[in-house]
Amino acid sequence: MRITDDSPPIVSALDRPNSYIGRSVPRPNLARLTQGRAQFVSDLTLPRMAHVAFVRSPHAHARIVAIATAAAAKAPGVVAVVTGAKLAKVITPWVGVLTHLKGIKSAPQYAIAIERACWQGEAVCAVVARSRAEAEDACELVEVSYEALPAVADPETALESGTPVIHPELGDNLTFERVHVGGDPDKGFRDADAVIETTFHFGRHTGVTNEPRAILADWNEGEGRLTVYQGTQAPHMMQNLFAKHLALEEHQVRVLTKDVGGSFGIKVHTYADEMATVALSKLLKRPIKFVADRIESFVTDIHARDHRVKAKIGVKNDGTITAWEIDDLTGIGPYSVYPRTSGIEANQIVNLTGGPYTCPNYRARARVVFQNKNVMCQYRAVGHPIATAVTEGLVELAAAKIGMDPLEMRRRNLIPDDAYPSSGPSGIKFEALSHHESLAHLDAMMDYAGLRAEQKRLRAQGIYRGIGFASFIEVTNPSAAFYGIGGAKISAQDGVTMRLDAQGALICHTGVTEQGQGAEAVIAQVAASSFGVPIERVRVITGDTDSTPYGGGTWASRAAGIGGEAAWQAGKALRANVLACAASILQAKPEHLDIRDGAVVDRDGGNERLPLHELARIAYFRPDTLPPGFQAELVATRHYVPRAWPFAFTNGVQASYVEVDRDSGFVKLLRHWCVEDCGTVINPQLVDEQIRGGVVQGIGAALFEHCIYDARGQLLNGNMADYLVPMAAEMPDIEVGHVVTPTADSELGAKGAGEAGTAGAPGAVMNAINDALRPLGAKPLTAMPFTPGRILQALGRISESTPT
Amino acid sequence: MSERFHEVAVTVNGEDVRERVDARKTLVDFLREELALTGSHVGCEQGVCGACSVRVDGVVVRGCLMLAVQCDGARVDTIEGVADSGEIADLQQAFIARNALQCGYCTPGMLLTAQELLARGGVPSRKQIRAHLSGNYCRCTGYQAIVDAVEAVAKTRAEAKR
Ligand code: FES
Ligand code: FES
Repeated sequence: MRITDDSPPIVSALDRPNSYIGRSVPRPNLARLTQGRAQFVSDLTLPRMAHVAFVRSPHAHARIVAIATAAAAKAPGVVAVVTGAKLAKVITPWVGVLTHLKGIKSAPQYAIAIERACWQGEAVCAVVARSRAEAEDACELVEVSYEALPAVADPETALESGTPVIHPELGDNLTFERVHVGGDPDKGFRDADAVIETTFHFGRHTGVTNEPRAILADWNEGEGRLTVYQGTQAPHMMQNLFAKHLALEEHQVRVLTKDVGGSFGIKVHTYADEMATVALSKLLKRPIKFVADRIESFVTDIHARDHRVKAKIGVKNDGTITAWEIDDLTGIGPYSVYPRTSGIEANQIVNLTGGPYTCPNYRARARVVFQNKNVMCQYRAVGHPIATAVTEGLVELAAAKIGMDPLEMRRRNLIPDDAYPSSGPSGIKFEALSHHESLAHLDAMMDYAGLRAEQKRLRAQGIYRGIGFASFIEVTNPSAAFYGIGGAKISAQDGVTMRLDAQGALICHTGVTEQGQGAEAVIAQVAASSFGVPIERVRVITGDTDSTPYGGGTWASRAAGIGGEAAWQAGKALRANVLACAASILQAKPEHLDIRDGAVVDRDGGNERLPLHELARIAYFRPDTLPPGFQAELVATRHYVPRAWPFAFTNGVQASYVEVDRDSGFVKLLRHWCVEDCGTVINPQLVDEQIRGGVVQGIGAALFEHCIYDARGQLLNGNMADYLVPMAAEMPDIEVGHVVTPTADSELGAKGAGEAGTAGAPGAVMNAINDALRPLGAKPLTAMPFTPGRILQALGRISESTPT
Repeated sequence: MSERFHEVAVTVNGEDVRERVDARKTLVDFLREELALTGSHVGCEQGVCGACSVRVDGVVVRGCLMLAVQCDGARVDTIEGVADSGEIADLQQAFIARNALQCGYCTPGMLLTAQELLARGGVPSRKQIRAHLSGNYCRCTGYQAIVDAVEAVAKTRAEAKR
């Protein structure tokens, strides 16, 4: 059997003998996942475990007048019925603000609502029973009397004086506002030959992880310890939060993360129902399990991307972009999500818009408002898909306006590859990017000229195909600038502890976590290469706050770049320790020795001197034979955090080729390309699959995904039949190419790759659709998702008022 | 209450099982909760995602849309069974080699559904593979690696037959 990988291995500058870096090594943990032997949190059971189900508010906004729990408490199997007031005795509320987002405000959020429910789906009462089915049965018997309050649904009117203020103590519904002016935007627009103005809308959507959120909390009264099995991306962050809000010390809390059925940023936040589950375990002194069902997921998993962006670009007839302007408005639900806040997405849109281009003249405003809908927060590629679609949408509208080829337009405006270090219009700093090389690579890979010819030929036959592009940048490897400086206890540094076991195998503990992206494989590859053993001799352990080095976990595309560098350094440190031991055994000088393929060898010539299992045997069982005073240290720990740059920006460009059916409004995705530059590629296959999976999530945003709310704040399509996600039949094959510009901040030089696909795809698909429809005189489509109804409206085939 | 519980006799992965089950219990909950066969997953409980796919009398069904009591007298195969028997060893290997799974939550359902297609013989086109898997949701991979793996196995199996 031959399986092809369209990405040739990239030769690395990290020239250790037998290096695994740059090779598509299969992931060590896959076999059990293909055998049904995974351990997702939803699979776990513990002795005395009970299940919790929540009574959730049917109203978007309502006062809780009374809760009658007696009937539920008597129902079969019920252990306890617990209201918010009762639970507040064991868990304190939280407020999702960060000090570096100036002026951001939010109200205290409780694990279970006490006086008011502020969105449809907020938990108002918990029922704990011996089975989930019994808990759900008893939920039906809990009688909650509500006094409905007016709901704030539309962000456009959230700040108007007639609109009720959701948290009166905050004064208004404004969560956060940021204004930025760079260069001279007024002059930029004056200098333009054409100014194009439009409004982009992005559909509120959500992560739909295949395994819903799941948590199993076990407070052991005898030990005074809380063990939490949780499908999370950030075990140490959660350890801190559980301790803080349950009045425990961090060492009393152990968070264990085994297999996680998809995360994408959904599982990196504090969820009220998960906090309630942990508090219930403390209150009831027994293990409590909560697994969100799909309906609960839709109304409680964070949503994202609900933005309206008024945008403007100035351009000269020679293609020079002269100015940018955006006005972003976003509604984030009734609370800013703890602890990362719901201000980051809008903040990123201000940071990233115009980012790939040289034009510095930029005016931006972003306003984040409260509303009575489910909360919004960071989801894969936070803010990037919006900033990219706005920027790239403007660039292609401007190109069309002045009659310039969209690739030529980019060639004239992208930051030159030799101009680094450089910065974007918002002041963000770039170490080294490769926009032009990436563009050239894409041009060749897709045979752009050939495709344009095909497009023209088919148009003559009444077939409407379009080609769209999106150049993008992506934030990866964040330093403490992301959260730490704002006061959140979210670690930017990460560590790896490496130990030589008694048979000469390598045991690595790391603070980064595995969510399916392949972090374990990447750590194993780096560890094996850096230290010098075959990869089969490496075991990687993640997701246990008791045993792994303190770290941030997996988010913002940091696991490979930050965890990988820690593994590289730990491998070097342990190699030095082991060689010191070998030198004392062999009566040699350590600098004359090396470790290759599981054995100590002569550095020059590579003659085998001592297999590692023999060294381990001596060090562990016959240390008496070592020279007096020599102590072998067969464990080493190293940490890493980026210091020279706040973020390691990556870049790339995507292209989409679509066909639009004029009669049905259906968009067929024919092909999709992505060229990206994530620095050193540790595992080409894993990088490519991150890109592909990410692109498909971005395509979902462009064509299908939308949490549709009515004017009363009711989610109308909160289930998998009505909320459309990309399925196999509609997705295209995706070609991936690479340019390699390593970051000099680490020896490994790896940047992140997890979000680039999602960042660029929506903009590329939007531009392709508009390219297809341009000859038909359609109004440019700028409201995602581009449903058949919206396309038919743009074509004037159905009226603007037809519900789509 | 008595009519709520029914005795069912099911052959699960070749083992005879007799249990009293709640009439409302779905097949996938029965497998996961009563028999601790947690390889079959639950993603939507409404027949859309395919994470709960299992085989009943040789046909792949949604374990969330069938009740356990409906399986009285039936033969049920789950991912644990087909993994242990070696029936899909080549397909599992191809999934691993091609990284056709990331989180792996969809994988058991994906493997069983793909095996159903492959068992028909021949080499299906990529379009046919995509169509056959179109009821199985995967949030991680974007599907291409899965299609590649299934296609590779179809080719190898067809060649082995010749
Ligand atoms: S859980 Fe059965 S199809 Fe989704
Ligand atoms: S691998 Fe995660 S859902 Fe398919």
